Amino acid sequence: MDIPRYWRLRNQRYRLEGTECIECGQRNFPPRCICPHCKSDSLKSFRFSGRGTVYSFSTIYQALDTFDKDIPYSIALVKLDEGPLITTQLADVGPDEIQIGQPVEMVIRKIYEDGENGPIQYGYKFRPALKE
Amino acid sequence: MRQTAIIGIGQTPVREHWDYPIRQLAVQALWAAIKDAGAKHIEGLFVGNMLSGALAEQEHLGALIADYAGFPCIEAVKVEAACASGAAAVRQAVLAVASGHLEIAAAVGVEKLTEFSGKFSGKALATAADADYEASIGLSFAALNALMMQRYMYEYGYSKEDFAPFPVLAHQNAQYNPNAMFRYPITKEQYLKAKPIADPINLLDSSPISDGAAALVIVPLKNIQSFGGSAVKISACEIATDTIGLDNRENPIVLKAAQKSAQAAYKTAGIQPRDISLFEAHDAFSIITALSVEASGFANAGKAPKLAADGVFNINGRLPISTFGGLKGRGHPVGATGVYQLVEAAKQVRGTAPDKLQVDDVRLAMTQNIGGSGATVVTSILEKI
Ligand SMILES: [Zn+2]
Repeated sequence: MDIPRYWRLRNQRYRLEGTECIECGQRNFPPRCICPHCKSDSLKSFRFSGRGTVYSFSTIYQALDTFDKDIPYSIALVKLDEGPLITTQLADVGPDEIQIGQPVEMVIRKIYEDGENGPIQYGYKFRPALKE
Repeated sequence: MRQTAIIGIGQTPVREHWDYPIRQLAVQALWAAIKDAGAKHIEGLFVGNMLSGALAEQEHLGALIADYAGFPCIEAVKVEAACASGAAAVRQAVLAVASGHLEIAAAVGVEKLTEFSGKFSGKALATAADADYEASIGLSFAALNALMMQRYMYEYGYSKEDFAPFPVLAHQNAQYNPNAMFRYPITKEQYLKAKPIADPINLLDSSPISDGAAALVIVPLKNIQSFGGSAVKISACEIATDTIGLDNRENPIVLKAAQKSAQAAYKTAGIQPRDISLFEAHDAFSIITALSVEASGFANAGKAPKLAADGVFNINGRLPISTFGGLKGRGHPVGATGVYQLVEAAKQVRGTAPDKLQVDDVRLAMTQNIGGSGATVVTSILEKI
């Protein structure tokens, strides 16, 4: 992903910014310009807390070329506490330690380096929630 | 709207065709279909393809293929809907003829993945997913399917080995299809030991990257007598979509677009799921076969692997699926796949499938072509005349 696209996504990648519908209250990630539920175009930005539970997961052994050097790495669908599912990489957890239903929280980590001299791109990943 | 029929079919073998450019594959399949129809000319061409721009650096396939087929002045356009491009192109050809706009139209699905090494193709294929929120954070196509499979196993209490019947039956059938990529059987033991791709998906859950082209010639049903070809009625060809992101679905293990397009197809054809004689499923990954069979009303939610274990989907079972080997055995030349499925279903209805693959008394054959993780689905029903 080149810099203009990455820059445009900064509020999603760093702050989990989605949208909330002013008419019906539905919350979405990624952000929408039309509410999928009531078709309203009155939406405001909504920042998700970054807490949720694992809905499904996988460990990747054969990756798209940009992520080749990271294998094996794990990914998940996380059910956010505020409702929607989000697709994410997992951090700080081995393939055998992941379970559906497990509480997780968002952290900012390196997503990938764009070649030898390219910028390092950061964004959200989720890790097992630390005990209070 | 007029009723339509397939009057000609054509295909190339599914292989790694390192020797052939995309235009040659397409023209080969297209002219095979035109000759099979007993026709000399087409008025319109709809090309199903996903990746020619990314891999061959060639877009504008409508004009290119019409030109090289010898029809440089006809209506011709490329139709793209990821892995569902093939059947989506067929749908456009059907609409053009049904509407009365064209008297004879062709759909050709073509894909050339061996223009680059495998990793690049994987990245190009991932453009069928959400580029900003799935592919660019490290999810391949297999990864998305793995998320569905893991959740399905959790909800319905299946283990990995319960999915073995799907690739095993695909290879079982593919060995008798001369156009298939993998003409050999596999065992459950081989399946369980296959190399992991995206756990729980392994290599033998996954359809192979391959090249190929397949074509259909479509005419109004009332005109079939003017052609030499053996006609098969198109009773339905219905398309529906779902959210691009798997995470935005109400239930990620329900293929809603498959439900919607299948229901529309049954309604258009005026039939019930139990009337279907065989089903060409989109078995890009084993889990998709299960979800497709369930969404189409052939099994209740969570029951497809159990029916597969009982042999229901084998050639001599109650509802044979992937009768020419499916995507797993025949191969998955992405934008061509949906047209291969229809060529195979037409052969079953005509009664010209290879001996070991021919299903008895085929009256209605159904195909389902799925794009992305289920964001575009085309369901078609062919009927014996
Ligand atoms: Zn709303």
